[in-house]
Amino acid sequence: METLNILVVDDELGMRNGIKRVLDDYSIHVSEVDSDVSFSVKAVESGEEAITIIRKNPPYILLLDHKLPGISGIEVLEQIQNEMRDMQVIMITAYASIETAIRATKLGAYDFLPKPFTPTELKNAVRKAAEHIIVTIQAKKLVEEKRQVRFQFISVLAHELKAPLNAVEGYLKLMSDKSTIEDPEVFDHIVDRSLTRLSYMRKLIIDLLDMTRIESGKKQREIKEVNVTDIAKISMESMMPDASERNIKICLETDAPVLMEADQNEVEIVLNNLISNAVKYNRDNGGVFVSIMDSDHSVTIRVRDTGIGMTKEETDRLFNDFVRIKNEKTRNILGSGLGLSIVKKIANLYDGSVSVESKPDIGSTFKISLKKTSNIQKN
Amino acid sequence: MERNEKDILLVDDDQDYLMQMEIQFKSAGYKVKTAGSMKEAEEILQGELPHGVVLDLMMEETDAGFTLCHKIKGKNSSIPVILVTSVTSETGYSFDSETMSNPEWIKADVVLPKPVRFEQLERELKRLWGD
Repeated sequence: METLNILVVDDELGMRNGIKRVLDDYSIHVSEVDSDVSFSVKAVESGEEAITIIRKNPPYILLLDHKLPGISGIEVLEQIQNEMRDMQVIMITAYASIETAIRATKLGAYDFLPKPFTPTELKNAVRKAAEHIIVTIQAKKLVEEKRQVRFQFISVLAHELKAPLNAVEGYLKLMSDKSTIEDPEVFDHIVDRSLTRLSYMRKLIIDLLDMTRIESGKKQREIKEVNVTDIAKISMESMMPDASERNIKICLETDAPVLMEADQNEVEIVLNNLISNAVKYNRDNGGVFVSIMDSDHSVTIRVRDTGIGMTKEETDRLFNDFVRIKNEKTRNILGSGLGLSIVKKIANLYDGSVSVESKPDIGSTFKISLKKTSNIQKN
Repeated sequence: MERNEKDILLVDDDQDYLMQMEIQFKSAGYKVKTAGSMKEAEEILQGELPHGVVLDLMMEETDAGFTLCHKIKGKNSSIPVILVTSVTSETGYSFDSETMSNPEWIKADVVLPKPVRFEQLERELKRLWGD
């Protein structure tokens, strides 16, 4: 329930009391934003009083008589131009000339309510103004929320880019003082770590570019028939060096070709992210099991690992931007925090879905299903 | 090179920063133990206590540094503890044991915002040791 404050400016006591009585118990439902609105009414008898109140606490709706004992309604409007913002002005006037009406409109009057008016006419005018205000406020809120989300994204991104730079810069400074590092093994380790941090920085930038292209819809998509099983095989091969270093086996559990209309590159990104995660977050001597399943309407990619697993709280936020599960087990694993968020965005392009089942220290199973008959646009 | 028989415990979850500090302390002649987590640090503290501790505030739990600080001071309140923190750059809050209105609850001797240079850490430790 929202309450909009209304200021009534009229020199007739009967009019002030009447309006207050009608609007005090009045409430409306704004269906566009599904919210109820009631009103809190204050009434004054002169333009001078009105200006003082408006400057201190501008009302959302101003019911303004034109013919007032001191300064006129039009003059009030002239003086409160800076306070108008979201305010809606309804002129109540007994005999308005066309000139007055035009002048008032130019100064921002939203509506006119000729005297005498019935309670229903008053309510209708107020309802119209209130709906306009609520919808405007809501629209502004949405713009602000979007701005906040973008701002947050950029500040997290800046932090993620700064971290590897700090690390590499720190190592380079150490190396620049030749006396500091005497042990050649330490020297090699420093070079290795620097290169690792830089390669993940590159991965972050590539992920970021993938994501922007997908989100902006500007990526040139090439939709043609692809064999998802073949793409999986290529992706598995590319992860082999990392996997065999830790004696992790990657198995393809299904061998039949699975065909669908898709952008080869997008399917590759999905499989690369899932399989590389399954290797990265695995234990030594573990396994990664990939299966590609075909049905009439969709293709389902399943990647199961025997890794560190996650708790329910962790899986719940997994598919959001820059979410990286931070704990003792993941401390030394690098990542951009964008991989799964990209996977989800691609799945959405195919009217698909993503899900994960996981148990700590047992492993995780990721399931991505892509609809074959989605409204993918061909170029 | 001046040899220095003092033991230093470095605690940080950023393994690169940890290694960089370790190299510099070792190069200055200190004996160094490192811990990448609260758990590792506690295990090390079961043994002989070090002469000085440098620990990062932002470990798995955002207040792990504070907790660990308490524990070390509980074992031996004369061991200098320097708390380094990236809290300022990450949250905009500024921690500083001098400007804190009530620094009693922070048991560290010095709180320094990251990035901290080795020279700065060594200077503070020496000051706290009374060297």
